[in-house]
Amino acid sequence: MLFALSFVPLMTAVSQNQLEVLTLRIVPPGRWPSLDLRELWEYRELLYFLIWRDVKVRYKQTALGAAWAIIQPVFMMVVFSLFFGRLAKVPSDGIPYPVFTFCALIPWQLFANALTESSNSLVGNQNLITKVYFPRLVVPLSAVLSGVVDFAIAFVLLLVMMVYFGIVPTWAVVTLPVFILLEILTALGVGLWLSALNVQFRDVRYTISFLVQVWLFLTPVAYPSSIIPERWRVFYGLNPMTGVVEGFRWALLGKAAPSLSMLLVSILMVLAILIGGLYYFRRMEQTFADLV
Amino acid sequence: MSNVAIRCENLSKSYLIGEVERYQTLRDVITEIAVGPFRRLVHKNGSRRVENRSSIWALHDLTFDINVGEIVGIIGRNGAGKSTLLKVLSRITKPTHGSASVTGRVGSLLEVGTGFHPELTGRENIYLNGAILGMRKSEIARKFDEIVAFAEIDEFIDTPVKRYSSGMYMRLAFAVAVHLETEILVVDEVLAVGDAQFQKKCLEKMKEVGRGGRTILFVSHNMSAVRQICTRGLQLGRGMVENSGDINKVVDRYLAASEVRESRSIETPTFVLHSVAVTPVGEEVLKTFSQVEIKVGFTAKERIQDPGVYVSILTDERFRLAGLDLKDFCSSNPIAAGEYVEKGFVIDTLPLLAGRYHLEIHLKDMANHKVEQVPETFAFDVAETPVYGGRKLDVWFGNVGLKARSLNGVSRSDTTS
Repeated sequence: MLFALSFVPLMTAVSQNQLEVLTLRIVPPGRWPSLDLRELWEYRELLYFLIWRDVKVRYKQTALGAAWAIIQPVFMMVVFSLFFGRLAKVPSDGIPYPVFTFCALIPWQLFANALTESSNSLVGNQNLITKVYFPRLVVPLSAVLSGVVDFAIAFVLLLVMMVYFGIVPTWAVVTLPVFILLEILTALGVGLWLSALNVQFRDVRYTISFLVQVWLFLTPVAYPSSIIPERWRVFYGLNPMTGVVEGFRWALLGKAAPSLSMLLVSILMVLAILIGGLYYFRRMEQTFADLV
Repeated sequence: MSNVAIRCENLSKSYLIGEVERYQTLRDVITEIAVGPFRRLVHKNGSRRVENRSSIWALHDLTFDINVGEIVGIIGRNGAGKSTLLKVLSRITKPTHGSASVTGRVGSLLEVGTGFHPELTGRENIYLNGAILGMRKSEIARKFDEIVAFAEIDEFIDTPVKRYSSGMYMRLAFAVAVHLETEILVVDEVLAVGDAQFQKKCLEKMKEVGRGGRTILFVSHNMSAVRQICTRGLQLGRGMVENSGDINKVVDRYLAASEVRESRSIETPTFVLHSVAVTPVGEEVLKTFSQVEIKVGFTAKERIQDPGVYVSILTDERFRLAGLDLKDFCSSNPIAAGEYVEKGFVIDTLPLLAGRYHLEIHLKDMANHKVEQVPETFAFDVAETPVYGGRKLDVWFGNVGLKARSLNGVSRSDTTS
C-alpha cells in the first residue's frame, strides 16, 4: 500500500547531478565533524525505504495489525479516566477527562515509541552499519518517523472522540503542525542521543522503559499543567513534552493558550537537545562500525 | 584529470584488542571523566590515549594507486587486512592515520543480501536492498526485470524471502548487487555462494562488469576466480602491501609462499600437533598432477605403542575427497612421551584441480583404540594450470583431475606438462 507512494519527481533532478565524478578524501575522524545535512537529503530515498520497511514489518505477523496503533493509547485512556479522572478527581480544565487525556496520550505515544525504537535502532541495524556506507542519521530518523503512521491512525480516533463530545477546535488549530513538528524534533533529539549512546554503552537499553515511565509523569498527560504553581511553570517547561502536550490541547480542544514563557523554554530546550544530539551523533558515528 | 581512481597514502587502521575495551560500561566512562582531566595534565603533549592501549594494525601504511578501469584482485591470508581495506575505502569505518582519495561513487558488496528482511517479499527486498546499496528507486525499477531474470526466481517474486531456499536467496541477493552501477565496485568474497553453475554465471557477470571500464576491487580466496577476473594483483600481509603487479605473477608468488604451513601447536587429548606441510616436489607451485609431500610433525603426551596418522583431503565445501592412512603403508615404531616425530606421504601425481582444499588430520594410538581428530583443518591451494591439452579447468569439471586420454586417435598433447 505504502509502496505505491512515489518520489519519482524528486529523484530525477538529483540523478543528473550524480553524473559528475567527484573525488572524495577519506581521512581519520576529526573532532568536530560537519553536520552535512545535504548528504542526508541525497539519501532520502533510503530513509523512505527504511520507514516503509519498519512500518510494513511491524504489523506483518500480528493478528490485529494496525489496530495496535489504537489499542495501546485507548487502554491508557480508559485506565487514566477511571483512576485519575473518576476516582482521584484530577481536574481537566473543564474538558471531558477522556478527551483531555487522549489528546495528550497520542503525542505521548509517538514520543515514547520514538525513544524506544530509536535508542535501539543502530544496534538493531548493525548488519547494515558494518556492511554498507550511508549517513547513519538515516537510521534513528527512520525509527522516529515510522511512528508517525501510528500517530496518524490514532489521530483519526481523536477526531471521532471530539465529534462525540461535541468539541469544536478554535482558530488555534492552525498551530497544530507546529506542535507536531516540535514533538518530532523532541523525539529525534532525544533519540539521537540515546541511539548513539547505546552503541557504546548497552546500559542505555535498560534505562529506556524506566525513563519513559518517569517522563510520562513529568509530562501533563494525566493532569493539566495548571495544577503546577505559577512560579514553577517555567522550569516545568524544561521538559519539552510539556510544551508539546499543552500545545496539542490548546490547538485541538480550545483550552487556554499555554504560557508563552513555558513554551519558549520548551522550544529552546528542544533546539539544544537536537543540535547537541546531531553533533554528538556525527562525532560518534565515525566509530559506530568498529564499536557496534 | 588524472586517471587514478583510488589513491591510498600511508593508510593505516588500528583496532584495540582485548575484550574489555569493546563494550565500555557507563561506570568506566564515569571514572574516566573523573580521572581524565588529571591524566591529561600528565600527558602534556596531548597524545591520544588510544596509542597506550594494546592495538593491532589491520592496515599499516598502505600506499598504492589504482587506475580507472583496473580490476584488482586483493589476496592474502586471513587477517591480512583485505576486508579492512575494503571497509575503509567504502567509508564504513575511518582510517586511524593516512588518507585515501576515491574518485567516483563507490558501490560496496561486502556481503550478499545486506538488509534483506525475511518477512518481505522478493520484490520488496529488491527495492529495499537496492536502496541500501545506494541505487535510486527509478534505477531499480528500470533494472527490475533484469534482476529477476538473473536471479531466476520470477515465480517466487511475491513470496516472502523467508520461504526461499538458501540458493534462491543468494541468487536474488547477488542479482541485486551486480546491477549496481557505480564507477568503483568493491567486492568481498561474495562469489563463494550458490551452486557451481550460478558461480559460473556470477563470474561471467563480473567479467562483463569489468569490461565496461569500471574500477573493481575484488577480494577472494578463490585463486582461479581472481585470475579469471582481475588484471592486477595486490597481495596484502599484516596490513602491508607484500606484492603488487600482474595478476598471474602475484598469485603464483602467493601460492608458492603458502605451501609451508605455519608451525603452531594444536593439542588433542593425547597428542600435540606441531606442523603440517604440503609441499610440491621439484616445483615452486602446487599444481594439478604435481608430486606432493604431506608431512605431519607431532609429539605425544605419553608413550604410544602403535602411533598412526590419518590424513584426509576435503574440498572447500568440506566434502571428503580422499584419505590416506599410514598403517596401510608401513608399521610404526613406538614413540616416547614428548618425542617429536614427522610422518607423512608422497603423492606421485596430485589428482586435484585448481582450487582450495583442506587437510583434516587424525592422530591415533592404535593399541588403545584412540582416534583423535585435530580440531582444525589446514588449507592449501592448487594453482590453476593447463591440464588436458592446454586447457585450464574450473569448478565445472569437478575437483578431481583424471589422467586420461582419448580412445580415438592421437592426443593433442601430453596430459601432463
